[in-house]
Amino acid sequence: MNGAKEPGSFRLVATLALTGLLSGLVLVGIYLVTQPRILRNQAEALYAAVYRVLPGTQEIRTFVVRDGKLVVYESPDGNLPEEQAVYAGHRGNGSLVGYAVPGEGAGFQDTITLIYGYDPSRRVIVGMQVLDSRETPGLGDKIITDDEFLANFEALAIEPSIVAVKKGKKVNPNEVDSITGATISSEAVVKILNESSQQWAPMLSPQDETSEVSRNVPRAEP
Amino acid sequence: MGELLFIFASASVINNFTLAYFLGLCPFFGVTGRLETAFRLGLANIFVMIITSIASWFLNSFVLPHAPYLRLITFIVVIASSVQFVEMVIKKLSPALFKALGIFLPLITTNCAILGLALFSTNRGYGFVQGLVYALGAGVGLTLALVIMAGLREEIELTNVPKLVRGVAMSFFIAGILSMAFMGFAGLFHGS
Amino acid sequence: MSPAQNPKRPLDEFIKGLWRENPVFIAVLGLCPAMAVTNSLENGLVMGAASTFVLVGSSLFVSLLRKLIPRAVRVPVYIIIIATFVTTVDFVLAALMPVAHKQLGAFISLIVVNCLILGRQEAFASKNPVGLAAADALGMSAGFTVALAMIGGVREILGSGALLGVPLFGDSFEPWAIMILPPGGFLTLGALLTLFAWIKERRAKQEMRRQSGSDQSPVQRRAV
Repeated sequence: MNGAKEPGSFRLVATLALTGLLSGLVLVGIYLVTQPRILRNQAEALYAAVYRVLPGTQEIRTFVVRDGKLVVYESPDGNLPEEQAVYAGHRGNGSLVGYAVPGEGAGFQDTITLIYGYDPSRRVIVGMQVLDSRETPGLGDKIITDDEFLANFEALAIEPSIVAVKKGKKVNPNEVDSITGATISSEAVVKILNESSQQWAPMLSPQDETSEVSRNVPRAEP
Repeated sequence: MGELLFIFASASVINNFTLAYFLGLCPFFGVTGRLETAFRLGLANIFVMIITSIASWFLNSFVLPHAPYLRLITFIVVIASSVQFVEMVIKKLSPALFKALGIFLPLITTNCAILGLALFSTNRGYGFVQGLVYALGAGVGLTLALVIMAGLREEIELTNVPKLVRGVAMSFFIAGILSMAFMGFAGLFHGS
Repeated sequence: MSPAQNPKRPLDEFIKGLWRENPVFIAVLGLCPAMAVTNSLENGLVMGAASTFVLVGSSLFVSLLRKLIPRAVRVPVYIIIIATFVTTVDFVLAALMPVAHKQLGAFISLIVVNCLILGRQEAFASKNPVGLAAADALGMSAGFTVALAMIGGVREILGSGALLGVPLFGDSFEPWAIMILPPGGFLTLGALLTLFAWIKERRAKQEMRRQSGSDQSPVQRRAV
């Protein structure tokens, strides 16, 4: 081992500290520059999903839960709230399309994250979109892509509870045709919707709590 | 309770860290020549994972909300320190084991499985207990994969492997088949 | 066949990373990302690009500062430098390419424990001037990216019937789904390694035949 000039421990610690400090400064800079864009991307992705599960929406209003009640969330910079939120969609004339509720639960392979649109006046789900999943490609991942499966969620009654049935056997409005070869993934989606709607439906009323429209909300693309 | 069981089973067999997430491959392909070494390395990994899980939970809950950009650096520092700590403990408790593990002990620091554990666990927002169970499951899964691989490689040492495939390529094919076998664990919690 | 010993030429350092010392196929390094994110060609390329940024950036800094970093703390310093680059690339990807960022997920952060990167700092960048270090880093990164692209390409073609999202075969093609699942990663790399072993062996045989032909050596070698 070359022991010609062993630097003292001060030099060692100083090197480490200096490196750490410089690194920290660089990272703070990068963070400050990129964060606004990152948050905006997240918000855009979520709003796009809201437009899809609440067809006819022109304007979105964000709600969070405070003391067990829904309150409007006013975002200072158009970003999403940090806590669990639901998103009310309004038509051009101001009438309520419904509420978009994010939900998640265990799927076949890993956790499934989805968002669904709920119409409180008819007590039905009007749209559902899977946001994140790791289901089997070609089988389970049809919950994302299969149009026939997604059509189940255009007028799905949530009472007494949503039930998954074998493909082709759907007769009642609260039933969902499972995907052949992906029954577990289909049932997972149903389970998530049941749990979420039972939790949220009592809190979501057909009329909005407030009448003023939240600012900083992007409009639907034509 | 059922949720904890799901987390454990998911991390250990359903989404095995090595065979499903491709983490911890360096020791998986490198060290596993002998069953006993593989098992003990797995145990060392479990200890490091548990310590890492606790430390990263603390960091994530109290320190990182103020400085999210330091996440990676702090996790790495924590991992390196945990490995040093475990190294010291093993050296004290069992010098023979310390010698047997040799260089693979400090190499745990660059084992993607440990950092992967910290990242996945905090990304999913696991609480303290959940994170701990997740770390345990991941460690057990890793050990399982290491031990099975070591056992299989011990077996094939005595067989006629075609020359082209001998060595690393063979290990990959074995790993591929193992991975397929573990896919059978999916759906373990169906209907729960 | 070895390159000139002294002085080292940047071009040689670049080329060696591509084939002779290819990090994935020869040294079997950097495996975790190589298989986790190569379920499609695009993901493989993005990961390759991100790793290139980290490796080249880190090598440049380590080489520039190599005389200033005390030996005893070199590894922690390298790791801090690498982690800084990785965090940077993570944020930049999240801001500019959110979809790709979501696909790669935590594996971008895992670049920091890619043994390839730390290995190059220790083995080369810390001992060579900036120009050579940069060439070495670029070569290794290129070799790494090429390897990822090959694995990703094969898996996407067989597993999704598409390349870069463009469907290649007609509707009747039944994709071999296992290829984009974890086992596919292992099997593809195993197959590619076998292929390269075969190519190497053929080259060795050709070389032997050529030598025995031009040498006129009394020893007749039978290429078996």
